[in-house]
Amino acid sequence: MSNYLLIGGLLILMGVAYQYGARRSRAVSKASAKHLHSLPSHYGAMVALACGIPAFGFLILWSFLQPIFVAWVVKSGAPPDIAALSGPDLNQLIGRVTSIASGYGVSDTASAFEREAAGRLSNFLNIVSLAKIVVAACLAVGGLVFALRRITPQLRARNEVEGVIRIVLILCSTVAILTTVGIVMSMFGETIRFFSFVNPIDFFFGLNWNPRFSSTGGGSGDFGLIPLLAGTIMITVIAMLVAVPVGLMIAIYLAEYAHPTVRTIAKPVIELLAGIPTIVFGFFALTAVGPFLSDFGALFGLQIRATSALTAGVVMGMMIIPFISSLSDDIITQVPGAMRDGSLALGSTRSETIKKVILPAALPGIVGAFLLAVSRAIGETMIVVMAAGNSPVLHANPFEAVATVTVSIVNQLTGDLDFASPQSLVGFALGLTLFVITLGLNVVALYIVRKYREQYE
Amino acid sequence: MSVQTKPKVVAKDVNVYYGDKHALKNVSVNIPERAVTAFIGPSGCGKSTFLRCFNRMNDTVDGARVVGSIQIDDQDIYDPDLDPVQLRARVGMVFQKPNPFPKSIFENVAYGPRIHGLAHAKPDMEEIVVSSLRKAGLFEEVKDRLHESGTGLSGGQQQRLCIARAIAVSPEVILMDEPCSALDPIATARIEELIAELRENFTIVIVTHSMQQAARVSQRTAFFHLGILVEEGTTDDIFTNPQEKRTQDYITGRFG
Repeated sequence: MSNYLLIGGLLILMGVAYQYGARRSRAVSKASAKHLHSLPSHYGAMVALACGIPAFGFLILWSFLQPIFVAWVVKSGAPPDIAALSGPDLNQLIGRVTSIASGYGVSDTASAFEREAAGRLSNFLNIVSLAKIVVAACLAVGGLVFALRRITPQLRARNEVEGVIRIVLILCSTVAILTTVGIVMSMFGETIRFFSFVNPIDFFFGLNWNPRFSSTGGGSGDFGLIPLLAGTIMITVIAMLVAVPVGLMIAIYLAEYAHPTVRTIAKPVIELLAGIPTIVFGFFALTAVGPFLSDFGALFGLQIRATSALTAGVVMGMMIIPFISSLSDDIITQVPGAMRDGSLALGSTRSETIKKVILPAALPGIVGAFLLAVSRAIGETMIVVMAAGNSPVLHANPFEAVATVTVSIVNQLTGDLDFASPQSLVGFALGLTLFVITLGLNVVALYIVRKYREQYE
Repeated sequence: MSVQTKPKVVAKDVNVYYGDKHALKNVSVNIPERAVTAFIGPSGCGKSTFLRCFNRMNDTVDGARVVGSIQIDDQDIYDPDLDPVQLRARVGMVFQKPNPFPKSIFENVAYGPRIHGLAHAKPDMEEIVVSSLRKAGLFEEVKDRLHESGTGLSGGQQQRLCIARAIAVSPEVILMDEPCSALDPIATARIEELIAELRENFTIVIVTHSMQQAARVSQRTAFFHLGILVEEGTTDDIFTNPQEKRTQDYITGRFG
């Protein structure tokens, strides 16, 4: 709670600093009879930032350092067996001591040492929280005074504020990048651990997927990627066979034939399809498309399971249609009107113009859109979980059930988890594999799209 | 300069509307055969709009409406029975900005003959392409790279490629919409020479911003202002002895 008060106090102080800065700059300007370099509001902002940044920086730094000090306080004066603790056991001890010190207590009886350490810790924390307020206040006021003194008509407060804004923007973009790096790193570590149990060759080229439950102990089962990858590819291909022709024709209609009013209505409606949660698509597959395909197949004497690669692929294709149509439509409209006019003026019809001039010119961009849709399809989970039947067996029959990489991750990483067993760790290896595949596709797709853009500039 | 007696194209009381805007008002003009007719006038005066009536390119603009009659060889091109696609094979067009297709030079020129089925065998097509490129004065420059992309040529070459593409379907009339406005003076001079050569075989209508260009290449000139045809006559008359004050003001550079 005291933290919120502290932050609130700092914000108020920054507001005051702003007023002081602005007022002081006016006074300085009047006294020296010189024109200010920047507006008074820039000086105010500069003073407010000088007041807030050091104090907040200190608070952030402290939140990282506090656990280290807490561990040090808990361990100091401990008997040798406790001093030797490390890793999860130490964390557990610190957790217990912290909750005793905060007055919540622990469920079982605390040991003498824990009670004694808790007393020390609560003293320490009391002192620290006071010290924290004092230091933050000093930094804030110090920054304020220092900045106020710097104000002269020549000071380029405007440029300094600009610099701070730039740094804030850079920090924000760094967060996004670091998140990606963090995700990859976390998967990477677990994947390495997985490969200490299972030979990478058995994983990447294994033809059997049969991870036994870790509770059965002993042998670790088969972790062959190939059946899952085959399932993923089969469903993706089916989805693309549905989505590409339909999506492309929608795009051609919207870009070349549709009246502007039709276009302004139809385009958002089609894009609405992309906003439907995939779990709803899965539901649709399970209750509508699957039974329909099954009955439809029966008419021709075909055995189609209600939950099969076909069902999942068809529904996924429907989900992807707006991706293809929307991206392709943008690309087709970007083909310069001069191409269209040139072809029409030579006496070709509209569809000849589209087939022979527009589509070839837009092809690289359409391929890029196609690849983006593929990477979307490969990573799709919910539809496949619900509609593909989850059968990790290598076969080439789209009317049968399959399992995909994403489904297997769900299976391996839900329920009771034991992160020391390959049965769970394989989820990370699968995730990383998927990440590398989609990353590769995205890079290729973006490269193609960019190359295409340059062509007309 | 003697001009053929019978006009190739006769436009009568042509009005063009873009939505509510009345872009061209009661324009009547005769275009002589195998000669160059220039349309001049300040920006937005309707000269390009009028040009696009001759091959019905205004049909492709949403909300555009053309009223009046235009006859080519005594046939009304706005007759409902007439197929605008067929008309455009008879009336070729060259645009302001060179717009070669992103295909090879050969394929650019072969495009029109191919869609109209003008060549029955491969050698026929090659002959059409080579002779079109020759007529457009481009063949010598590109004969070694016919199968490289047309977009890799220089601006002036691209424009001559577009002219070759237009004449490959053997049109009777060629419309040129400011064909040199995106080109440097040397490329412009080259295109102007070409226009003079093409005049032997084609009826040419050219829209231009440059009065010098109109004076150099055309035999007849029509001056447009604010959607109205102000004056029309032989180029010599228009430039040396204009009847209307607005024409004189424009030609002497007092406005526009």
